[in-house]
Amino acid sequence: MIRAWLTQHGFVFFHTLKRLASSPVTALLSITVMGIALSLPTGIYVLMENLQSISGQTASSPQISLFLKQDAKKEDIDKVQQRLKEVTQIVNYQFIPKDVALTQLQQSSGTTDMVANLARNPLPDAFIVYTREHISVSLEQLRLAMQSWPEVAHVQFDSAWIDRLNALLKLGRSVVLMLATLLSIAIIAIMFNTIRLQILTKRDEIEISKLIGATDSFIRRPFLYFGAIQGLSGGITAWLIIMLGIDTLNRKLRPLTQLYDFNINLQYLSLQDSISLLLFSAWLGWLGARISVASHLWQIEPK
Amino acid sequence: MITFKNVSKRYPDGYTALNNIDLAVEPGEMVFLTGHSGAGKSTLLKLIAAIERPTSGVIAISGQNIAQLKLAAIPYLRRKIGFIFQDHKLLFDRNVFENVLLPLQISNFDINTAASRVRAALDKVGLLKKEKVLPITLSGGERQRLCIARAIVHRPTILIADEPTGNLDVDYARDIMAMFRSFNQVGVTVFIATHDASLLEDTQHRILSLKQGKLAA
Repeated sequence: MIRAWLTQHGFVFFHTLKRLASSPVTALLSITVMGIALSLPTGIYVLMENLQSISGQTASSPQISLFLKQDAKKEDIDKVQQRLKEVTQIVNYQFIPKDVALTQLQQSSGTTDMVANLARNPLPDAFIVYTREHISVSLEQLRLAMQSWPEVAHVQFDSAWIDRLNALLKLGRSVVLMLATLLSIAIIAIMFNTIRLQILTKRDEIEISKLIGATDSFIRRPFLYFGAIQGLSGGITAWLIIMLGIDTLNRKLRPLTQLYDFNINLQYLSLQDSISLLLFSAWLGWLGARISVASHLWQIEPK
Repeated sequence: MITFKNVSKRYPDGYTALNNIDLAVEPGEMVFLTGHSGAGKSTLLKLIAAIERPTSGVIAISGQNIAQLKLAAIPYLRRKIGFIFQDHKLLFDRNVFENVLLPLQISNFDINTAASRVRAALDKVGLLKKEKVLPITLSGGERQRLCIARAIVHRPTILIADEPTGNLDVDYARDIMAMFRSFNQVGVTVFIATHDASLLEDTQHRILSLKQGKLAA
């Protein structure tokens, strides 16, 4: 009985593939439309995931730059170092003498000539401080405390941009959600119409099957398979579009990241997200077909 | 096997197709139903397979009242019956083999059993050599035999035929009647509607006659 059921489903599955292959242009067109529709929200989602991970990296080890006064002496540096050791929120710190900073500047930005022409080193001594604080309020308190030290000229910690980025990401997420909802409805509508046309052309087959004892689920089955397979193909198309898109962006990003000495590599869709995309697209196709079949099949009653 | 009690069928436009029909067909019996076109023969046959539903009365198939049958149960009733339709109802985009396979697919047969049954049915009607052929290329007599193969492939206990010799030559018609008799001899209840009087001349089987929706004695 189970074997019969399996062969039955296998037969319908291959029959559906054959049916798709018999009108390849139509099939490819609707698969492409579905792929593009699905790739839009998914693509934005991937970009946001990337932004999120970049901002997450920054936020997970907050960095504070501590610039000393231009005329800071050796004992001033020692004093600051002593204070830094006493602050419990600080995990680690790194001292960058002004000479080192100047050499780094020369090397990294190709301004050797200009820097060499300077009468004296314009850069201050600096500390880079790593803290374990994550909350922007406590970070701000820490910044203010260090700012009040007499040897310190300027403390820079830009927590505002992370807050802004997070707010933007939140906004982006609702845009993705809206876009995904609208385009999902569009895909269901496309599938609804495709199946409606198929039911019309298969009128005879449906009527005859009913006459010789086919149950509704038997008649529904090929249409549901068709919807799910076409939805899945749309999902695969969307997946390919996104992977190709990220690949292209990464290639364009490479020279840019070399220029800025900041390594960004866009992440591809994760395995879990890929599977979700494919399952969801198959489900959308199935759902469109299911609604279509439910609203058209009862009209075909043999007389 | 098949029992009608006070069965009437009126259409919404007021036309009465069948009026107070009482009949009983015994298991293993072969019965003819005659009458002019429009006498209600097709309607009566369709009531048996629940293709049409009666306006009033009781129809029992193997003791089951099908006038009250739920929609979801109708497919299972139809699987007990082999129906040969007046307008054939073949699928012209499938070959002979696939047309006969359809009832077995519907009943969830596994493919090996199904294939051997299809070939047995095709052999019985003499179409075994044409299993790959599309129905459009078959002659009228061959199409009728294809319909018969499809009606018997799932081994129904009741075989119903609506004008099975409709447009056929006398020789073809005789062949087909001989097939029905052979099915009847192995125990199948056969119920044939025909207006072809020549078929009934030398038959020993019971003949029911419909006139304007009523059974004549």
